[in-house]
Amino acid sequence: MKFAVVQFPGSNCDQDCLAALNGIAGIEAEYVWHKKTSLDGFDAIVLPGGFSYGDYLRCGAIARFSPIMPSVVQEARNGKLVIGICNGFQILCEIGLLPGALVRNRSLHFVCEMITTRVEVADSAFTHGCAQGTLLRMPVAHGEGCFFAEESTLRELNDRRQIILRYTTADGRIEASANPNGSVENIAGICNRDGNVFGLMPHPDRACEERLRSVDGLRIFESMIKSAEAGQARAA
Amino acid sequence: MKVKVVVIPKAAVLDPQGAAVRDAMQHLGMPEVRSVRIGKFLEIEIDENAPDLEKRLHGLCRDLLSNPVIEDYEVLAMATAK
Repeated sequence: MKFAVVQFPGSNCDQDCLAALNGIAGIEAEYVWHKKTSLDGFDAIVLPGGFSYGDYLRCGAIARFSPIMPSVVQEARNGKLVIGICNGFQILCEIGLLPGALVRNRSLHFVCEMITTRVEVADSAFTHGCAQGTLLRMPVAHGEGCFFAEESTLRELNDRRQIILRYTTADGRIEASANPNGSVENIAGICNRDGNVFGLMPHPDRACEERLRSVDGLRIFESMIKSAEAGQARAA
Repeated sequence: MKVKVVVIPKAAVLDPQGAAVRDAMQHLGMPEVRSVRIGKFLEIEIDENAPDLEKRLHGLCRDLLSNPVIEDYEVLAMATAK
């Protein structure tokens, strides 16, 4: 299964993503420069973390006009799996593939730490095989990760089970103290209505090896493999 | 021609920078300050003979300069330089 890791000027987790993905049996990952205009031949798309275009104007505001983005939107509409990690999440919100926006952390501090998230939707394409309530430990590293959405949007996200991950304490309780950035309802990751586009602030790409203190990120990427294979089986 | 655009976070959006500055102002002798919101100010120079300038500018204010989910914008002045 082939993953595209899109590189924008200022991406800095592209190598983390490529290394993590290529370490997983069944995945072959390749860089795609943001000036390319096609994602033909890829089964899944990764928008990695970093500071595309120096975060100028707003995080992701300029990257979302990169030449590759129309094909990301097209492939997303075709049902391909798209995951946006950190800056990638911000880009997905800016281009409107995901609702809401990511604003300055409530503390005004850049947060860089290992956190715990709880899987809220067990059967999503990205948490397949994780029972509801499964705790995933992953690092966060961002200054603008405070998820905001209007109340009507929030209600819809809840009703349609699009909130995939929430920040929790180490034992799985949703508390303000476990929220690293002030996100509404401790939201750490959401998907689109169709369930094939996922954005999250924590870094599964940096939680795929024991020596990185967590291998929970593997659950997300392995879930994507299963979902994509199931999708291909359906299409065949 | 110089165009001035102001982008400001919507009332419903948390503005921790504004809150920090409000607190500082209150501490520094202005307890009457109720709130501060911090946005962006853009000064843009444009060749004025282009067609549909205003319409296209508003288009980019919505698509690029602001994010309508969290911000409002206002085009303050489209003054012609003499």
